[in-house]
Amino acid sequence: MEALSKIVKAAAEAATGDEKNIAAAGSAGFAYGLAAIGPGIGIGMIFGSAIESMARQPEAAGMVRTTMFLGVAFTEALALIGFVVVILLKYA
Amino acid sequence: MIINSILSFEFPPINELLRWRDVVPGLNKVGLIAIASALIGSLLFLSAARKDPKVAPKGTRNLAEVIVEFIENNIIMQTMGRDGLGWTPFLLTLFLFVYLCNVPGIIPFIQMPATARMAIPMFLAVLVWVVFNAQGIRHQGPIGYFKNLMFPPGVPKALYILITPIELISTLIIRPFSLAVRLFANMLAGHLLLVIFALLSEALFQARDKILIPIGVFPFFMLVFLTGFEVLVAFLQAYIFTILAAVYIAGAVHPEH
Repeated sequence: MEALSKIVKAAAEAATGDEKNIAAAGSAGFAYGLAAIGPGIGIGMIFGSAIESMARQPEAAGMVRTTMFLGVAFTEALALIGFVVVILLKYA
Repeated sequence: MIINSILSFEFPPINELLRWRDVVPGLNKVGLIAIASALIGSLLFLSAARKDPKVAPKGTRNLAEVIVEFIENNIIMQTMGRDGLGWTPFLLTLFLFVYLCNVPGIIPFIQMPATARMAIPMFLAVLVWVVFNAQGIRHQGPIGYFKNLMFPPGVPKALYILITPIELISTLIIRPFSLAVRLFANMLAGHLLLVIFALLSEALFQARDKILIPIGVFPFFMLVFLTGFEVLVAFLQAYIFTILAAVYIAGAVHPEH
């Protein structure tokens, strides 16, 4: 923990930018970390149940796969919006 | 900062990675890629169409037939059913254009997906938005379409206070927005990942400390792995974009009862 705080302090001192940049970088990383939690769990659940249903009924695999990708697309959008917010925080 | 001081490694600002100088006046690399992918797609299908349909397909015709069958079997039959087959040309064009714009992200020496700039995904999303709304209005009439949109049947009356604004916003605003952002952010994220690992392995291979040079193998391995992953992502994003377009159009043409 101490080493970490030293690194952070060194980074803060070495930075030529103002404090806003440092805060933006920190919060951007934090924001993306938070944004990835929910979609990560959600995509895991979607793939899990899709695999289960495909194994049970291989003849329905095509339909399950399409629906699975739909679900993944909707869930993934949340994480990607988080990513865009990070880019906006950091560079805009 | 610490990495910077050890490796003289500096991550370039994002504008340097994405804002290209004009190659031809008015057209930069991204624009050229977009034009090239449109040309490649049209030329592929034009040359396939000129071949004799009675002999066994080979070459470009074979490739074109595989793509058409993929669109028909895996996208339209799964989402719109048999009467959606008339949508094959539109969805095929959409799929091929998005795919050919994505793939330059992993072609060596080009390595820039044209869809990693917001303009192309946004335009395609607006196109899909216009098409599915127009189809809904055409098939259900303007009143019927917006009635089905705002008051989905089979819901208790009191819940309409909650559902109507949600449905309206999600169909008319969130749908095109998420369609565009999904494609854009996926391709941008992939591009940035490749840039990060390429720069890191370059900096490590050229490090002043000789100890650091073998460590550069790890980011390089990661770079190879991610390039393989991007092959998958380029296809998957084009597939998802087309599937969602098909679902939106199917939903507008055949409302829930």
